[in-house]
Amino acid sequence: MTFQQLIMGLQEYWARKGCIIAQPYDVEKGAGTMNPATFLRSLGPEPWQVAYVEPSRRPADGRYGENPNRLYQHHQFQVILKPSPDDVLEQYIESLKFIGIDPLKHDIRFIEDNWESPTLGAWGLGWEVWLDGMEITQFTYFQQVGGIDVKPVSAEITYGLERLAMYVQEVDNVFDVRYTEDITYGEIFHRAEFEHSTYSFDVSDTELLLELFNKYEAEAKRVISEGLILPAYDYVLKCSHTFNQLEARGAISVTERTAYIGRVRSLARLCARAYVEQRESMGYPLLKGENVNG
Amino acid sequence: MAKDMVFEIGTEELPAKYIPDTVIQLKEKAEEKFKSSMLAYETIKVYATPRRLILYIKNLAEKQEDYVVTTKGPARKSAFDEQGNPTKALLGFLNGQKAALEDIKIRELNGAEYVYVDKEVSGRLTDELLKEILPDIIKLLGFPKSMRWGNYDMRFARPIRWLLAIYGDEIIHFDIENVNSSNYTYGHRFLSSGKLIIENTDMFFKKLKESYVVYDQDERRQIIIDNSKKLAESVGGKLIYDEELLNEVTYIVEYPTPLLGTFDVEFLRLPNEVVITPMKEHQRYFPVIDGDGKLLPYFITVRNGGSDYIDEVRKGNERVLRARLKDADFFYEEDVKLPLEHYVDKLKNVLFQAELGTLYDKTQRIMGICEDICAQLNLSESETEIVKRAAYLSKADLVTQMVYEFDELQGIMGMYYAMESGEKAEVANAIKEQYKPAFAGDELPETMAGKILSIADKIDTVVGCFSKGLEPTGSQDPYGLRRSVIGVINIIFNDGPDIDILRILDKTAAYFVDNIEEKENVKSKLINFIKQRLKGILMDDGIRYDVADAVLDGETRHLPDVKKRAVSLMKWLENDEIELILTAFKRVSNLAKFAENDMIRPELFVEESEKMMYDSFTEVRDKVDIEIKKSDYDKALDIIKDLYHSLNKFFDEVLVMAEDNDLKRNRLALLLSIQNTMMQIANFSLISY
Repeated sequence: MTFQQLIMGLQEYWARKGCIIAQPYDVEKGAGTMNPATFLRSLGPEPWQVAYVEPSRRPADGRYGENPNRLYQHHQFQVILKPSPDDVLEQYIESLKFIGIDPLKHDIRFIEDNWESPTLGAWGLGWEVWLDGMEITQFTYFQQVGGIDVKPVSAEITYGLERLAMYVQEVDNVFDVRYTEDITYGEIFHRAEFEHSTYSFDVSDTELLLELFNKYEAEAKRVISEGLILPAYDYVLKCSHTFNQLEARGAISVTERTAYIGRVRSLARLCARAYVEQRESMGYPLLKGENVNG
Repeated sequence: MAKDMVFEIGTEELPAKYIPDTVIQLKEKAEEKFKSSMLAYETIKVYATPRRLILYIKNLAEKQEDYVVTTKGPARKSAFDEQGNPTKALLGFLNGQKAALEDIKIRELNGAEYVYVDKEVSGRLTDELLKEILPDIIKLLGFPKSMRWGNYDMRFARPIRWLLAIYGDEIIHFDIENVNSSNYTYGHRFLSSGKLIIENTDMFFKKLKESYVVYDQDERRQIIIDNSKKLAESVGGKLIYDEELLNEVTYIVEYPTPLLGTFDVEFLRLPNEVVITPMKEHQRYFPVIDGDGKLLPYFITVRNGGSDYIDEVRKGNERVLRARLKDADFFYEEDVKLPLEHYVDKLKNVLFQAELGTLYDKTQRIMGICEDICAQLNLSESETEIVKRAAYLSKADLVTQMVYEFDELQGIMGMYYAMESGEKAEVANAIKEQYKPAFAGDELPETMAGKILSIADKIDTVVGCFSKGLEPTGSQDPYGLRRSVIGVINIIFNDGPDIDILRILDKTAAYFVDNIEEKENVKSKLINFIKQRLKGILMDDGIRYDVADAVLDGETRHLPDVKKRAVSLMKWLENDEIELILTAFKRVSNLAKFAENDMIRPELFVEESEKMMYDSFTEVRDKVDIEIKKSDYDKALDIIKDLYHSLNKFFDEVLVMAEDNDLKRNRLALLLSIQNTMMQIANFSLISY
C-alpha cells in the first residue's frame, strides 16, 4: 500500500462514516489540532465530524534529512468526531482493518496518554495506540480547548501517516516510503527537509522573526476586536509558527519561553471565546433546531 | 436464601497505573456500602483488566437484617399525671409514633426516666438496595485524572461503555448517564465478537474465560512471569525482573502471551543502560541477561492476544526496537563528538526552576557548596579538585541528545561521557552518584566525591525552594524536598562526610536571600524541616520519640553526633533509678528558667549543701566536658547521673527562691550552669518517665 493509497483509504473510510473530508489548512502549523476545523469547531454545542490530512511543521524536529525517523514536516491524518460516539474505539479499529491492518494478525494496545497544548490552552485524555509496539495513532478526548471546558466532548484521532506507511511497507527509513508505485517519499520531500532544516537552524533572521511575532500578535488583537475571528486566528497560527522557528534557532531564552507561550495562549483564548459567542449569536446553525443539550 | 452477585463496569482501556489503586478502592467502597446497608455476605472479590472492573460477592443475603428503631419520648414525669394517667404530651408522642400505651418502655437516661418506643423494622430486599448501592459505588471511585465524554456530565478514568449487574439470575436495573445496566458483557476486544448474554454469575466467569479474558489479575501476572521465564531460559538467559513493569503490563493486557524477540548484537557495544532504557521505559519490554548479568540481544514483550500470527507481532516489535536503538546509537555518536565540558555552557539556556535560575546557575552554586564542604572536611587539594570538577560537569549531560530523549539516563550518561572525554574515573563516578538515593531504599553514593556532590545538589534544591516559598505543604511535595533531606541524612549517617549542617545551610541560603532577617527566617524553617526528618529516621532506628525530641532540642550541627547522643541516652534510661534522676534534673530545668545568667559567685554560697552542690558540680562539669569532647556520651551521662544525690540534698535543704536577691540570683545561676552542661547532650526535661 502506497503512502497516497493510505491517505485515500482513510479518507474513504471516514467519508463513509459521515465525515466532511476537508483539505489541509493553508497556514503553517505544528499539528492538525491547530487547524480551525479542529480548534474552533470543537468549541460550543454544535456537532461536527471532519477528517483531513494536515502537513505539520516542527522546525526543532528537523534533521537536515539525515535521520531516518525525524522530520521537519510530517503528515497527520486528523479525524474529529463531536460528540464522541459511544462506539468510537470500534470505529477506529474498523478504520485500521479498512487500510489492511488485521488486528488478529497484530498486537494492538491502548497505552494511557495525556495530551496537553500549552499554546492552545487545551488538554485531553486518551491513548497512544500501539501496533506491534509502535505508536501509530494519538487518540484524545478533548476536555478543554482555548481555556474553555468543552461540551460535548470531541474525540480526536490523529494517525501518524509516515509511521503507519513505514510499518505497512516494512521500511526502516522514512525516505524509502513509496509515495506512489514509482516515486518515494524521499524523492518528493528530502530536499525540502534539508532546506527547511538549514533555514530553521542556521539561516533564519532572528530579528525579522522577533519583529514578525510582535506584528502578528498586534494584528491578531486588532482583527479580533473587529469581530473577525478567522483572520485573527490565522495570525495566532503565524505567531505560533514564528515562535517555533525562533526556538529552533535557539533565539529564545528559557525565561522568555514561558512568556512567549503565554502570549500565544492568550490570543488563542481570545479567539476561542469570541468564536463561542459568535456561534451563539448565530443561533448555532449546525444544531439544525436540535436542543442545545441534545 | 443468599445468592452470588456480580457487577461489572465495562470501560474503554483504563490507564494501567490507575488500576491497582482502583481495585483497592472498589473493594473498600463496596465493603462500606454493604456494611452501612446492613447486607450480609460471605466474601468480596475484585477483578480488573484494562477493560473491566468486576465486583464479585459470594452469598449475598436476600434482604437486609431486620432492625429496631428506638425513639425517645417525653420524660416519665411529664408523661403521666398524678393519677398515673397519660398526659397530652404522651398521647401526642404515641400518636406520632403510631404506637399504643402498652408499647412503651421506660428507660433511664442521665439519671432521669423517659418514655421510649421500640419499633421492629423488617429489612429491605437486596435487589432493591442494589439499585442504589451499585451506582453509588461507581460515583465513589476516584482517579488521579478523570474525564468526560460524549455529551454527558459524568466523570470516570475513561468512558464507561456497559454495566453488567446480576444478582443470582436476576438483572439489577439502573442507569448511569447513557448506560443502562444489563446482563451482557464483552469478551476480548479482538479475539471475541459481539455481546455475551449472561444468565448467572457462574456463567459470567465461564463465558469470560471462553472469550479470551483472563479476568483475574493474579492469574495474568503468573502467566506473564512463568512464560517469560521459560522464554528467557530457552536462550540460556534470565529475565531482569521489574515489579513496576510487571504490574503495568499485567494491566495492559486481557489475554497475555509473552514472546521472545531479538536485536542486533552490534548494539551491545553501547552502555547497557542505553539499550535497556528504550526497551523498558518506552516499549515495556523485559530485558534478558545471562548468568553473569551480561545483557543478551533478546527481549520479551507481552502480546494482548494469543499465539496466532505471533511471528508477525515479533517481527514488528523487533523493527520498532531496531529503530529505537539506532536512534540511541545515533545520539551516542553525536554526543561524544564533543567533550562533556563543552555542554556546560549550554546549561545557560535551560531553566532549572523558574525562580531558581538556569541549570548553569545551579552548577555554580553546587560548586560553591562543594568547595565549602571540602574545606570543612580538610580534604587535600587533589581530592578537592576532583569534587569541584565533578560539580562543574554535574549537569552537562542534561543538554546532550541522549538525555534529552531519555531523561532517566541523567547522571548515567554524564558518567559515560566523562569517561569518553578523558575525565578521571572518580569524577565520572561522582557525576553518576549525584542523583542517589533517588527513592526510599535506593542505593547511596559510594565514593566520597559522589556523597559530597549528592549532598550539595540536594541541599541547593531544598534551600532554594524554601527561599522562594516552595516548601512542601501537606501531602504536596512537588520538588521531592522531603525525600532530598532524608537522602542527605542517610548519606551522612552511612560513612558520609560529617559536615556542619548549619554552616552549609547558611552558605547556601546566601545564594538566594540577601536580607539578613529573611535569611534567618528561611534557615529556621529549614532547621525545623530537617529536624522533623531526622526525628523520623531516629525513631526508625528504635529511638524513643521523646528521646529524639530531647537530643534535637540540643546542639544539631553534626548529625552523627545527634544520633550518638540519642543512642547513649536510650541506654542510660535503662538505669533503675532513672525516675529519681530525671525528677531531680527536671526540677533543675524548671527553676533554671528564672535565672538571669549563669555567673556563679562561690563566695555567696552560705548553706553547707549548696557549697557541696557547687563543688560536686564543678568536678562533674570538668569531667563531663572531657568526655563530651571525646564524644563519649555513655561516660558523660554516667558522670552526670551522680549529680542527683547532691541535687536532692540541695533541693531538700536550700530554698532556691530566697528572699535575699543575691542569694537567689546565685542559686539560680548555679542551676542554669547545671542545665547548660546537660543541654550539651539533651534537654532532659523533654524525656517522659
